[in-house]
Amino acid sequence: MGGYGAFIWPAYGIVAIVMAGLLVAAVRGTRARARDLAALEATGVSRRGNPPQSKGSDGDDA
Amino acid sequence: MHRFANPARFMRIAERLLPWVSGATGLTLIAGLYFGLFASPADYQQGETVRIMYVHVPAAWMALFIYTTMAVASVSYIVWKHPLADVAAQAAAPIGAGFTAMALITGSLWGQPMWGTWWVWDARLTSVLILFFLYLGYMALVNAFDDPERGSRAGAILALVGFINVPIIKFSVDWWNTLHQPASVVKMDGPAIDNSMLIPLLLMALGFKLYFLVVLVIRMRGELTARRVRALRLVEADV
Repeated sequence: MGGYGAFIWPAYGIVAIVMAGLLVAAVRGTRARARDLAALEATGVSRRGNPPQSKGSDGDDA
Repeated sequence: MHRFANPARFMRIAERLLPWVSGATGLTLIAGLYFGLFASPADYQQGETVRIMYVHVPAAWMALFIYTTMAVASVSYIVWKHPLADVAAQAAAPIGAGFTAMALITGSLWGQPMWGTWWVWDARLTSVLILFFLYLGYMALVNAFDDPERGSRAGAILALVGFINVPIIKFSVDWWNTLHQPASVVKMDGPAIDNSMLIPLLLMALGFKLYFLVVLVIRMRGELTARRVRALRLVEADV
């Protein structure tokens, strides 16, 4: 690297670290929220209230 | 546009495309790295440090592109109440902050050997630093309200006001005497750099853009799920 390796490799390194970090954080965050949702749905809560009382169509999840 | 305004339909389409875009991202970045690190010549002035440009310039382009995306999304949130617009803007902000940080750090690593300094307070560097703080401020503001709707509105207004910084960054090298060199790719009379250097630059730029789409869709899915969770918790608290 013509004597400039000490500047070039850290530059590529920091790019790799930030990009990998953003990707991993996004995937982890999304999975954690999917788990929250699954846990809530398992308790029987739905957007329209609990099963017996149907409040009509206020849901947007078509 | 409003064909995609239904969050469920948008996410279905986006998720179907996601594996393909991810694959294209990987291939483009590998090709860009190969050309950038191995299959391109050293610059006659900058020597090997020109290789830093293949990540620095695309990262700086992304910093501006993502902020512009957020500003456009904020307009459609404020004006048309597009239901995905604030989700997109909020999902994009950390990615934009990441690219801005990359541009600042890689620029610094290039500045030390080439300019003899890690940092100067010239117009280009300072305005990009302000962009970085705008991203951070936006993220903090959006999360500063108990009511997410108010956070979205406040964030959208900040994103729009802060947009004035984008043309200032772009033209800072023309308006002021800066240490930073002027544009050499996006010019009226065509790029001023040789193809051997343009190829890795454009490959990395394309790779970064595809990467942005991938992470954006993943983060948007996360945010939409979080909103469902919030809505369900409200219902639960209600009963």
